Amino acid sequence: MSRPAAATLEFREATKRYPGQAEPAVEKLSLTVPAGEICVLVGPSGCGKTTAMRMVNRMIDITEGDILLDGESVRERRPAELRRQIGYAIQQIGLFPHLSVAANIATVPRLLGWDRERIRERVDELLELVSLDPHETRDRYPGQLSGGQRQRVGVARALAVDPPLMLMDEPFGAIDPINRERLQNEFLRLQREIRKTVVFVTHDIDEAIKMGDRIAVLEQGGKLAQYAPPAELLMYPADRFVEDFVGADRALKRLALQRVRDVDLWKAPLVRIGESTAEARAKLADSEVPYPLVVDGDGKPLGWLSERGLAGERVAHELRSDARPLLDMDDILRDALSDLLAEEAQYGPVVDEHGRVTGVLSIEILGHALRTDPEEVPSGADAL
Amino acid sequence: MSTTLAFFGEFADAVEFIFDERPSPAGGADVGGLGEIWELAREHLQLSLAAMAVACAVSIPLGLWLGHIGKGGFLAINASNVGRAVPSLALIAFFVAYLGVGFTNLTLALVLLAIPPILTNAYTGVRQVDRDTVDAARGMGMTGAQIVRRVEWPLALPLIFGGIRISAVNVVATATIAPLAGVVTLGDPIINVNTYGDEGRLAAAIVVALLAVATEVLLGAAQRAVTPRGLKLEDDGRAPRLAIPIKRRQATT
Amino acid sequence: MEIRDRDAGTCVADNGFCPDWIADNLDRYVDPFLQHVLLTVVAVAIGFGIAFGLALLGYRRRWLIGPVTQVTGILYTIPSIAAFFLLLPITGRGFTTAEIALVAYVLLIIFRNVLAGLDNVPAETKDAGRGMGLTERQLLWRVEIPLALPEIMAGLRIAATTTVGLATLAFFAGAGGLGEQIFADITFKSNVVVAGGLAVLLAGLLDALILLVQRAATPWESAQRRARPGRLLARRRAVAAP
Repeated sequence: MSRPAAATLEFREATKRYPGQAEPAVEKLSLTVPAGEICVLVGPSGCGKTTAMRMVNRMIDITEGDILLDGESVRERRPAELRRQIGYAIQQIGLFPHLSVAANIATVPRLLGWDRERIRERVDELLELVSLDPHETRDRYPGQLSGGQRQRVGVARALAVDPPLMLMDEPFGAIDPINRERLQNEFLRLQREIRKTVVFVTHDIDEAIKMGDRIAVLEQGGKLAQYAPPAELLMYPADRFVEDFVGADRALKRLALQRVRDVDLWKAPLVRIGESTAEARAKLADSEVPYPLVVDGDGKPLGWLSERGLAGERVAHELRSDARPLLDMDDILRDALSDLLAEEAQYGPVVDEHGRVTGVLSIEILGHALRTDPEEVPSGADAL
Repeated sequence: MSTTLAFFGEFADAVEFIFDERPSPAGGADVGGLGEIWELAREHLQLSLAAMAVACAVSIPLGLWLGHIGKGGFLAINASNVGRAVPSLALIAFFVAYLGVGFTNLTLALVLLAIPPILTNAYTGVRQVDRDTVDAARGMGMTGAQIVRRVEWPLALPLIFGGIRISAVNVVATATIAPLAGVVTLGDPIINVNTYGDEGRLAAAIVVALLAVATEVLLGAAQRAVTPRGLKLEDDGRAPRLAIPIKRRQATT
Repeated sequence: MEIRDRDAGTCVADNGFCPDWIADNLDRYVDPFLQHVLLTVVAVAIGFGIAFGLALLGYRRRWLIGPVTQVTGILYTIPSIAAFFLLLPITGRGFTTAEIALVAYVLLIIFRNVLAGLDNVPAETKDAGRGMGLTERQLLWRVEIPLALPEIMAGLRIAATTTVGLATLAFFAGAGGLGEQIFADITFKSNVVVAGGLAVLLAGLLDALILLVQRAATPWESAQRRARPGRLLARRRAVAAP
């Protein structure tokens, strides 16, 4: 499928004033989002971040200033026609309850008059893109889906006509923490493929650091406090407001800037049940991990071997504990640390997309990463 | 002009009928005049009040009780659906055919007509009270009877009045066909047009319409008066309401 | 109008409930029944057309809701039987007069239900629709009205059953119907039961028919009920009329 290039988005002193209100909701906001990057608008509630986002597709009209999409003013476009070219995903999702999943996704293609066959193919393609089984989900109604599935359909619907720009207003805000993390990772993985320009609104600084290529911190009254890549924001907050908003645990937050695949993992002492204990001991000596990790024939982890497993001539099936937490190459270090702490584990096996062990992440590695300047490592989605 | 607007004349005649006696077109006693209209209206109101009193005495306690114990919802909700499906004329005809004419029998028929809306609204009125509120009341040590009296009843009152209002307007309207059952109400000039003449019939129609609107307005005011202040504040005030607030979904026509 | 031959046996002469007489005379109820169907269907259809239009106007221009509710509320309150005779000097006796009164009666019921249905459409659904580039007209016909269907159809059901009842009085306006049959011999049990029963039956049939149409037109509702039996949407209720 040919892909329209992602658009460059530019706010030029964009201002929104509501009649009867002394303070503007958004004041002279100027920033540029390069094509293909995720720009996160973040700030406390009432800071005008949603207003700023909604001015882009003219859900809210600009009072002064302008917003340019690939150099063209949105004020000169007809709102409905403009909106059909901009993906739109909101926290409450807003799926049409009376339409099937397929019909929901097909909304904008139908408005644009695509033919049936093209729409059908596109719907299936999008469902697969957001990790939903087309056969199973296509004909269901939103009321029959789980919250996470609905959110995926919402993203698929926003992507339907392959828009060069996506607007996302707290798209994962109403999802439980575990699923939110998964959806965030999925979206970043997706973004690696589709490379859209994205305006992403959130009130959660951790989400902003994880998702953003650039972060715009807004303060009360829609004033831009700082616009910078996540690492810069964490290292050099522009003022007290940004510093407070980012939080005292800035150092810890830097863990969100790196992924498991970015750090040097320890080599895992992999053993199989039945192999000679001498061989297993040799592997153990060669590794920084003090316990052998038992894997099956495919290299998938089964658990940590206990001392008794090494007592005989052959490795016996004697596990001291499960191989939890299982970490993914794409997990950010902050999430990996929290998983390790949750399982009270020192070491976590890291698996690739096929579930095979590629190494071990330890608390020690994380400690080292904390001391590293994030300037030296690529940030957020770029790392992928 | 004079022909197209001739009906003004007919209305003028009808109004005249209300105020002045005249000989009956069928001969015999004079008809019309305030005295006779008042006699008919009094009978009309007596019949309506009797029916409403019995209907309230039956359906309010029943609705409150069903709502309080949270059972019989199917009965209470569907009472009005069934009630709507039975035409009032058919109901009265049934009573006349099987029990005969007379004030008591007719009152019974009107009671049956009046019960469903009040019952449904009383039940719904109690059920729509926030269960947390009831729970809090129980937690504070209120007995079942106290909960009904101090919590459920006051909060259900606006809806109960809504039901009374629906029923009362319906009963006043239906009392118009009471002469079919031998009770001489404002419907008499309508049904016995030979005695009262066309202007008598139109006059009765005017008075019945006014009576129904007055009932609606009066009970509407009463309904607002019994609505607890706290509930009024919740009302979004979007539209002036002749009817039960939109939010109270399960109430009935 | 005499509907029975009083020499036709003791049951009939005694005003009884006589199955034989009913079987022999059922055909005399066919025309009144059909008249009744026509009275009801025409009134509900016209009433729906007007009230639906008013509700759409009120939905866009909210200041209209108050006045429309007041006016239709008064029309709803005036007893039909009085309305028939109030109209008589203007429109004369007949079908038209009966229809005007019946239509006037159902306006409020349908108006309130359509409006409530539209008001119940979730704000986020409308926001998403606008955000994707639906025009206001597209949003109305493709999203808001379909989602308001349960309330709209509930209003139609109330309107239809109510109108069947009121149409029994339409003979006062000279428009026939089952009421004329009831009135013709109100002391004869057989007559009252058959004519009244047919009216109740018609009300039940129309109610069931509209319900079936509603089920067919809102497949997502039943799909949702199957998926989450415990979580019936609370908002799916008809709105009360006064």
